[in-house]
Amino acid sequence: MSMQWNDVDGGMDPVSSADFMPRQQLKSLQMQRMRAVVRHAYEHVSVFRGRMDAAGVKPDDIRSLDDVRRLPFTHKTDLRDHYPFGLFAVPMPEIVRLHASSGTTGKPIVVAYTAEDIRVWSEVMARSFAACGLSRRDVVQNAYGYGLFTGGLGAHYGAEAIGATVIPISGGNTERQLTVLKDFGVTAICCTPSYFLHLWESAQAQGLKRGELKLKVGVFGAEPWTEDMRARIQREAGIRAHDIYGLSEIIGPGVACECHCQCGPHIFEDHFYPEIIDPKSGEPLPDGAEGELVLTTLSKRAMPMIRYRTHDITSLSDDTCNCGRSLRRIRRIARRSDDMLIIRGVNLYPSQIETALLRVRGTAPHYQIEIGRENDLDTLAVRVEIDPAALGDQLADLEDLRDEVSRSIEGVTGLRAQIHLAEPNSIERSQGKAKRVIDRRRLS
Amino acid sequence: MKLIQLSVFLENRPGRLARSCRVLADAGIDIVAANVVDTREFGILRLIVADAEAATKALAGAGYAVNRAEVVAVEVADRPGSMAVILEALDAAGVNVEYAYAFTERRGARAALVFRFAQPEAAIAALQRAGIPVIGPVEAFRAG
Repeated sequence: MSMQWNDVDGGMDPVSSADFMPRQQLKSLQMQRMRAVVRHAYEHVSVFRGRMDAAGVKPDDIRSLDDVRRLPFTHKTDLRDHYPFGLFAVPMPEIVRLHASSGTTGKPIVVAYTAEDIRVWSEVMARSFAACGLSRRDVVQNAYGYGLFTGGLGAHYGAEAIGATVIPISGGNTERQLTVLKDFGVTAICCTPSYFLHLWESAQAQGLKRGELKLKVGVFGAEPWTEDMRARIQREAGIRAHDIYGLSEIIGPGVACECHCQCGPHIFEDHFYPEIIDPKSGEPLPDGAEGELVLTTLSKRAMPMIRYRTHDITSLSDDTCNCGRSLRRIRRIARRSDDMLIIRGVNLYPSQIETALLRVRGTAPHYQIEIGRENDLDTLAVRVEIDPAALGDQLADLEDLRDEVSRSIEGVTGLRAQIHLAEPNSIERSQGKAKRVIDRRRLS
Repeated sequence: MKLIQLSVFLENRPGRLARSCRVLADAGIDIVAANVVDTREFGILRLIVADAEAATKALAGAGYAVNRAEVVAVEVADRPGSMAVILEALDAAGVNVEYAYAFTERRGARAALVFRFAQPEAAIAALQRAGIPVIGPVEAFRAG
């Protein structure tokens, strides 16, 4: 990399210069790149060509950003249906890296990068870290999993690109994480918010104090989390918690990241073109309206994505951020259109349970939702761990706590749930995304 | 004059109580008094141990939610009417008992009861006025 990365104190640094590009200039750059990527995809990926032909739209028809809505959507099923390499747009010798998703349902999906794609990925991750206020003076504990998952290497390259000291510890081994956190003078950590909370609780159980750590920033992503969860992490750990957004199908982490204003992740619009659509009709929605985020990769070569349906529900900001970045922000993604549960006819998102739990003192936001069916009626049960600090010596206190949780959940969701208070650490911690829902209705 | 009681949260599932006791056993912790209260779903194990500090560390280290409360232990003669005398003394002083249970061990004809009071100071004063021996440290009862 030839650029001078982030070695200035104050003012706009070269890493982030593209973040402040005037909107008009940004739009013309987007248009130029949009035309190129649509042509590239059409010419080299039969799936895109076939779909565009069927829709009666040719690359030359895309003359303005308004024409983008004429392009067909791409779905996650396309990646599965054309497993492993069917959506690649360059021959294998040009590909320098493959990543794959864990494939919780069926076959994994495979994503590819050229050397230039890796450079772009490092750049957007570097800009993400710069937005979080990190620089070459930081020591970054990268606790995202290294391997096929994009989180580990994505964060690694970005942190190196800003010149930070990277500790490639990967996920898991809480004991070792805490030792490193303390002994290596770590100033920033990258992991999922649920894993950080687990780390922090373990630190406290060991009697580790805030004053013994230099940690000041957390860059948290890879799973939906709530504003209440952020408030709790910031209050308890005394750090600034930033939301970073990304998905492997688009590039990995680094599609969007929050700046110091913490008012929603800025999308790196010079590389990713965002749209918000009505998930039912597929119609584009204006800025400020809530809908499903659809992304087009503007510079990806190995595996371009045209109007990829993320299933993430959010909105695009229609105001400018105090940081001065011209990049629009997405509102924090706390739910996905495909994680909505319908219980007794009521829509429920797992994040609503998190919100309800964080409003009650005495529980830890480690929870599992269990849905079943008895006598043709849906049953909703929530297992939630109690916070050791809130334990008394009387059963009545626990019963009050249980009732309070139940009321809070009913208040937020409109649903009555059976509450099971659980012992600390009894709900399985994942290294990556927390498994929040067990739906037994699908199993029967 | 007050003793530390540990409260441990347990889910009401087979093996949970056994496991918590195993944690204490492995840490070499001697249980002086134990009492379990439970509902269908969860319970609280209340413990008086010789070394509350070590027991808390062992249990918290094994992932249990542990808390502390102050309780008062009283020495009683192991014969009919002893408990009645104590409760009458407390009643006369207007002190409420939240709950009570017995030490697992006894010394000759002496046994010991653990009481949880909302106002332990008032309770201790009432007991002492009635000439009922309040146990200081656990060791004192054992040595006596």
